Amino acid sequence: MAEIRVVHYLNQFFGQIGGEEKADIAPLKQDGPVGPGTALQQALDEDMKIVGTVICGDSYFNENTETALNKIIEMIKSYNPDIVIAGPGFNAGRYGMACGTVCKAVQERLNIPALTGLYEENPGTDMFKKDIYIIKTGNSAAQMRKAVPAMAKLAVKLAKGLPVGSPDEEGYFAKGIRKNVFHEKRGSARAVDMLVAKLKGEPFKTEYPMPIFDRVTPRPGVKDLSKAKIALVTSGGIVPKGNPDRIESSSASKYGKYDITGVYDLTEETYETAHGGYDPVYANQDADRVLPVDVLREMEKEGIIGSLHNVFYTTVGNGTSVANSKKFAHEIGLELKEAGVDAIILTST
Amino acid sequence: MIKELEDVADVPAVHICTVVPISKTVGANRIVPAIAIPHPLGDPKMSPEEEKALRRQIVEKALKALTTDVEEQTVF
Repeated sequence: MAEIRVVHYLNQFFGQIGGEEKADIAPLKQDGPVGPGTALQQALDEDMKIVGTVICGDSYFNENTETALNKIIEMIKSYNPDIVIAGPGFNAGRYGMACGTVCKAVQERLNIPALTGLYEENPGTDMFKKDIYIIKTGNSAAQMRKAVPAMAKLAVKLAKGLPVGSPDEEGYFAKGIRKNVFHEKRGSARAVDMLVAKLKGEPFKTEYPMPIFDRVTPRPGVKDLSKAKIALVTSGGIVPKGNPDRIESSSASKYGKYDITGVYDLTEETYETAHGGYDPVYANQDADRVLPVDVLREMEKEGIIGSLHNVFYTTVGNGTSVANSKKFAHEIGLELKEAGVDAIILTST
Repeated sequence: MIKELEDVADVPAVHICTVVPISKTVGANRIVPAIAIPHPLGDPKMSPEEEKALRRQIVEKALKALTTDVEEQTVF
């Protein structure tokens, strides 16, 4: 059998170009495996070869998606691959979005299989799990050794057209596809079994999970802006210089609230970012680039808005769990309600 | 965060962010696209005056979003 050609997609970090300061690099390609590609190559069958690696900066990809994607697909195509593997991207949001977008485009435009590996809370997971195979991984690169074999195993099956097992068997996120199978017990008997298990408090597995609609009803718009008190919240990690509450640069376990009474401009001397998930140079130079206090103060003075709430809330949205984010927002929301705020602006990096 | 803020504070909330698809997946009701990940409300390549004008435009758009009634997720 002829050799099966594999192309691997990586971000700037795993592609060994650099950290956040290199997150804005445009797509580039390198022959053969790079970084985690070496372990991936070992986990694949002997007749499969990583012929090339395409690398793109996470910020570049997300800020220039169309351009980046076209270039990446062109580079992938130049290797004439039979399958594309992206990541794994773990809980890195921008990387996960890139892996998902690339895999989906590979399937649609090149008509070959593609897969990635992501953590369940990665935004790329929800966005792409119905379109592509996404192997479930842990939330950080520490889980690389577990992620690679699972991804390789599925890649072998997809590349060779072998039957793919259920999401549980293979370890991928359910794609929402139902397969008809013959079962030894009829449906009514299985339903009664489940009910009995439920009544006994025993575990059981539904055959038809109900979708979860996690949406919030949009509140009506502000009627009179000139009387409204506006609050600022950010996940971009803006804090007073020195980060007095020591908010973590990733996987934040807390948020901060800071009084900005009499503050009309966030300067290099007074504010900075605690965020470790983007290049901090620009936010450290001028934190208004993330938290627009200067402009809102102007508008307050001009009477366009009633007032800017004198406390701003901040956390670091970098691999921070959904549970923590929700908890922070719940507490912040209660305080803002108490303070009689009329509208909220949340900024994210 | 954006959903919980809107729900608990019971007031309209707008999400200014660069990666709009993430905000959509998360479920923000009012979304205003920003400039770039490390500087959502600025552009270091511009002069300070131009940059502030750009920031003001985005904030104005956010305020417009906050005064607009929406039925579903809306990108302004």
